Amino acid sequence: MSDVAHEEHVHESTGVETRKLAMWVFLSSEFMFFGALITNYLLFKGRVGYTAPYPAEIFDIPFTSVSSFVLLMSSLTMVLADHAIHRDDQRSTRTWLIATALLGMVFLAGQAFEFTTFVVDEGMKISTNPAASAFFTLTGFHGTHVLVGVIMLLTLIGISFRKGRLSTATGLNLENVALYWHFVDIIWIVIFTVVYLIK
Amino acid sequence: MASAASPTSTIFRRPKQTSGWMSWITTVDHKKIGIMYGYSAFFFFILGGLEALILRLQLAGPDGTVLDAAEYNAMFTMHGTTMVFLFVMPVGAAFFNYLLPLMIGARDVAFPRMNALSFWIFIFGGIFLYSSFLFGTTGPPSGGNLPGGATDASWLGSTINGGWFMYQPNAGPRFSTGTVLDYGAIGLQILGLASLISAVNFIATILNMRAKGMKLLRMPVFIWMTLVVAFLLLFSLPIIAVALFMVTFDRQLGTLFFDTFQGGDAILWQHLFWLFGHPEVYILILPAMGIVSETLPVFSRKPLFGYPAVVFAGAAIGFLGFGVWAHHMFSSGITPVAQAAFGLATMTIAVPTGIKIFNWLGTMWMGKIKFTTPMLFSLGFVALFVIGGLSGVTHSIVPADWQQTDTYYIVAHFHYVLFGGAIFGIFAGLYYWFPKLTGRMMSEKLGKLHFWLMFIGMNLTFGPMHWLGLQGMVRRTWKYPAEYNFGTWNMVVTVGAFIIASSILIFMVNWTKSKRRGVEAGMDPWDARTIEWSIPNPTPEWNFGVSPDVQSLDDWWHRKYDEDEDGRPVRRPDADSTIAQFHDQGVNPPAPIHLPTPSYFPFFAGASFLAVGYGVIYHTRGWGLPLLIFGVILLLSSLIGWSLEPLEEEHEEVHA
Repeated sequence: MSDVAHEEHVHESTGVETRKLAMWVFLSSEFMFFGALITNYLLFKGRVGYTAPYPAEIFDIPFTSVSSFVLLMSSLTMVLADHAIHRDDQRSTRTWLIATALLGMVFLAGQAFEFTTFVVDEGMKISTNPAASAFFTLTGFHGTHVLVGVIMLLTLIGISFRKGRLSTATGLNLENVALYWHFVDIIWIVIFTVVYLIK
Repeated sequence: MASAASPTSTIFRRPKQTSGWMSWITTVDHKKIGIMYGYSAFFFFILGGLEALILRLQLAGPDGTVLDAAEYNAMFTMHGTTMVFLFVMPVGAAFFNYLLPLMIGARDVAFPRMNALSFWIFIFGGIFLYSSFLFGTTGPPSGGNLPGGATDASWLGSTINGGWFMYQPNAGPRFSTGTVLDYGAIGLQILGLASLISAVNFIATILNMRAKGMKLLRMPVFIWMTLVVAFLLLFSLPIIAVALFMVTFDRQLGTLFFDTFQGGDAILWQHLFWLFGHPEVYILILPAMGIVSETLPVFSRKPLFGYPAVVFAGAAIGFLGFGVWAHHMFSSGITPVAQAAFGLATMTIAVPTGIKIFNWLGTMWMGKIKFTTPMLFSLGFVALFVIGGLSGVTHSIVPADWQQTDTYYIVAHFHYVLFGGAIFGIFAGLYYWFPKLTGRMMSEKLGKLHFWLMFIGMNLTFGPMHWLGLQGMVRRTWKYPAEYNFGTWNMVVTVGAFIIASSILIFMVNWTKSKRRGVEAGMDPWDARTIEWSIPNPTPEWNFGVSPDVQSLDDWWHRKYDEDEDGRPVRRPDADSTIAQFHDQGVNPPAPIHLPTPSYFPFFAGASFLAVGYGVIYHTRGWGLPLLIFGVILLLSSLIGWSLEPLEEEHEEVHA
């Protein structure tokens, strides 16, 4: 969330809009957050002697590939929404925002399904072994980030319906949500590659 | 003058109070927030100090009977946690808040409401942490030493007791069964969030809100150090956040990160903790370095020697600070290669630190030094920090460190840098900027008494710890037998601690009296160099009547002084009229000024963390989960209400 100080003081020393700058700064911190979580998983995944199953033994790569594709497509729709609002095309902005939120929710549903399969069918709970703990913590925090993104998107959609248009004047504006959303996608590319694909 | 709020987007009417308690709860003014940070941090300083005095009573003689083992654990943990997270960090935030906009010529920080949010999260995090005294349980102590066969610790012992470092698996669910370490992990998480938000805010402010002509290399060194600290917070807090989440999950959800019985990794905790913990040390000391870089030039009546070198040394300390964490772990069994690498990296930190110290000395060299109270504290800072820094370098020699680890030698070292360094710097800043805050001067007589008592007390307290440690007195141990012959020096240490306490009392008297009856400061009482002194004292609500146009480093000084051919300052003939002119435009702004409107949302968003914290700890009880859900909903609705709050429609206007 961000807000802005005082409008009469419009000059920005760096030339970057202040709220956008703050979002970039915040996201740089998020990279450290996920960096630590990914490192945890890498540390524990190869250790021997744990109670089975290890996460890597039960990954369903085709399924996760599909849900990764869904999340990547949501970045495309987000770009289209961003593009539309710059043309002041409120109608397509709203359409693309709804598409983005839906794709995000499909990804979350996929993750819920994946977690359920792991716990119920494969018997890998968060307390089964440290590798499983690290896996669920990492992907769970990523899912939470997607959820926060979806909530922000839904709020934007709500404003758009209620007021008929989105403005850039409120703290929650489309450009910042888009930045955040792309970040969440990029992190997923790293997680999918490092955790799921690399043996 | 507020225009009508847009009815579709506000939940509450915007608060308008300008005085009374409501004005403080809803304020978004960086000066009020800074003052609130300062007072609450000082309150926690008193608590942390009392805890230290209790510890010193216990250790005054051999076989102390004031505390039992469980109480001692709780007291040293709370002393450390309080001083680090609830005093030095927030008091740094107090200085940043109050001074940052004034020193870069801005109306406020970039995000005033976010700034208020940081403060309220900090306050509620502190309350949460300290509520463990009331609600926390320690569970059956495993191998603890409780008097009379008791099964649980007394109330004094029923608070966070795993050390501020919360080493695993000791602080995990297997060995610490009660709730106190949940309070510790979640409380620090909340406090960390407050610092993270303010770091984002300060970085955006410094990079984007500078006045005309305030180029990066014209910023006061204090602002540079604020920027470095903000980046350190930004990159180190997410790491401790991950570590604290892992502990909380271990304790609440049954994950096995640190459970060594089932394949968890105790050393991982140490890596994650110190990867945060070492940058944290610089987070504590860099603000003080920034403060003395402001006071030393003013009271030496010379520009800071080697300004760019001091700035870049500060940034270098920040960078290197991320590469030395394992020197806290030399005795944990990490490989010899790692030990050598981290030992070398630790030695290199001495280089930028040394650059700073020589530049401070160069600043004073041939200066016309005025020994005011802030100057004395700055000198005390330099002297004591050098001692602490040197003993710090001795830790980088690995075999020596093996001997020093977990002894009072380490305690002596970090108190020389954090008490002799950070706290002396903080007091220098408090005396120096007191006129900015109140429009009055603090009593020099009481101030000097405060300084000398604190200086003597500090050396009596922490000096003997060096040789106690080298003689083998171990840290975190609640008593020692008479045969070890530690008694005499420990008594000296305890006396020193009470001398420090009496000096703090004198400071409090001085502050309270000077606030009401101190000598009027007028404009620019110290004949200072930086632009925060180009506005009247106390600071007007609108900061600058006219947005400053900065021409040079030390802009305010160069408006008052020219140089003769030998480089000596010569007061310009129009200096007094310049000051009078700045005073007039500060008091009577020529154009109306918009100030950000107060808001309720930061307070409610901050308060929601209290509900979330208790909800997580007690989620297995009937009322825990509903409380957690209530907290999350309160947080989300506050944030959404906040983001819908109109920004342009409403303005308070202050008239010329």
